[in-house]
Amino acid sequence: MTTPITRDSGGSGFVVELEKFSGPLDLLLHLIREDEVDITDLPIAKIADQFLSVIQDLGLNQAADYLEMAARLLRIKAQMLLPRRLGDDEWEDPRAELVRRLLEYQQIRELVDWFGRAAERKAERFGRGYEAPPADAPPAPLQIDLNDLLSAAERVISLIPEPMLHRVVPRPLDVEGATARIQALLEKHDTFGWSDAVGGGPHATLVDVLSTFIALLELAKRSALTLSQSEPFGPMVIKRATPREAA
Amino acid sequence: MQPLAKLLEAALFAASRPLTLEELISLEPEAGESAIRGALDEVRSSYGDEHGVELVEIAEGWQFLTRREYAETIDRAQFALRPRRLSPAALETLAIIAYRQPVGRLEVDEIRGVDSGAVMDKLVERGLIEVVTRGEGLGRPLLYGTTPSFLEILGLKDLEDLPRLEELSVALRRPTPVDEPE
Repeated sequence: MTTPITRDSGGSGFVVELEKFSGPLDLLLHLIREDEVDITDLPIAKIADQFLSVIQDLGLNQAADYLEMAARLLRIKAQMLLPRRLGDDEWEDPRAELVRRLLEYQQIRELVDWFGRAAERKAERFGRGYEAPPADAPPAPLQIDLNDLLSAAERVISLIPEPMLHRVVPRPLDVEGATARIQALLEKHDTFGWSDAVGGGPHATLVDVLSTFIALLELAKRSALTLSQSEPFGPMVIKRATPREAA
Repeated sequence: MQPLAKLLEAALFAASRPLTLEELISLEPEAGESAIRGALDEVRSSYGDEHGVELVEIAEGWQFLTRREYAETIDRAQFALRPRRLSPAALETLAIIAYRQPVGRLEVDEIRGVDSGAVMDKLVERGLIEVVTRGEGLGRPLLYGTTPSFLEILGLKDLEDLPRLEELSVALRRPTPVDEPE
């Protein structure tokens, strides 16, 4: 709510409280009635000036609808000032749309009076057990017994979808086999390459590669062998560890 | 009173809102509509001038209401609450919706020349208007219409009870014809 704006517009002496109005059309109708002018032949310049003087004190956020109307009035005023040829049948009265809206709105206001009177008269007759619309009451406390709770729980449980099951296959890594194979190679050779260690030639599977790699790392950790590469991504050289290194 | 009339009297007494003819028929479906209407007349005439309440046709139904002459005394004693009065903005909005229904928010804004969203939300909350359908236009806007509660607070039998637009004085001076409600 904003503070009511009271404005005395100089000579004409009318006092307007904007809060009384439910919109710019309402205010316009008020001005028209005050001036006792013909709504269909609106003295647009005069009404526009009065309208502006009434709204000039309004706070902007509240006045958006009023400002829009003010702009519309000024545009119509300008259009009325444009010269036009005598007897120009094409000429369209720039006020026509506003007048149409005002008449429509005036009719609404008459209906509002009628509605207000009807509601007043109805309020004089009480129905049985009339209850005023409740204020925002807090929700009623929950009242349930154990059976309700159990059946609710069952309902919820029945809504749970079947769990998705995955069969987990043990990884068929054969680290022990690879370790034995590498140890056998170490018996025969001082050094050998990665492809010798993997074995299986071009048919080596990913599992073979992984098994071999883990076995090599494990044996290197146990100092049974050393791993070296002459350059990054170069071929891996696997070398039997010297007895000293083997500790 | 006949047993059927007594049944209707009891049901209307028990209900705290107007009961429609269909609802009354559902009490005794075998009786048939004309018998129910007859019984309603019987209840109404037996409440003639002899009682402080009377049977009133309202909001597309029937309801026992207190006689007007006791309003002030009952009100003063605060035995019953008057409904809250509606603001002019709410009445304006109701009037537009009553005559233009089903009508969208934009059209109401346009006719009133102000944003009417908050007022319409309040009216929906009070159960006086409701969304009745969706429009065809852009974004399929919600279209509103009045509810039986609207008829009840104005004490109207039905929408036909609203003043006809041509009965309004201003309509006679209107340069263009208005859209009449169907």
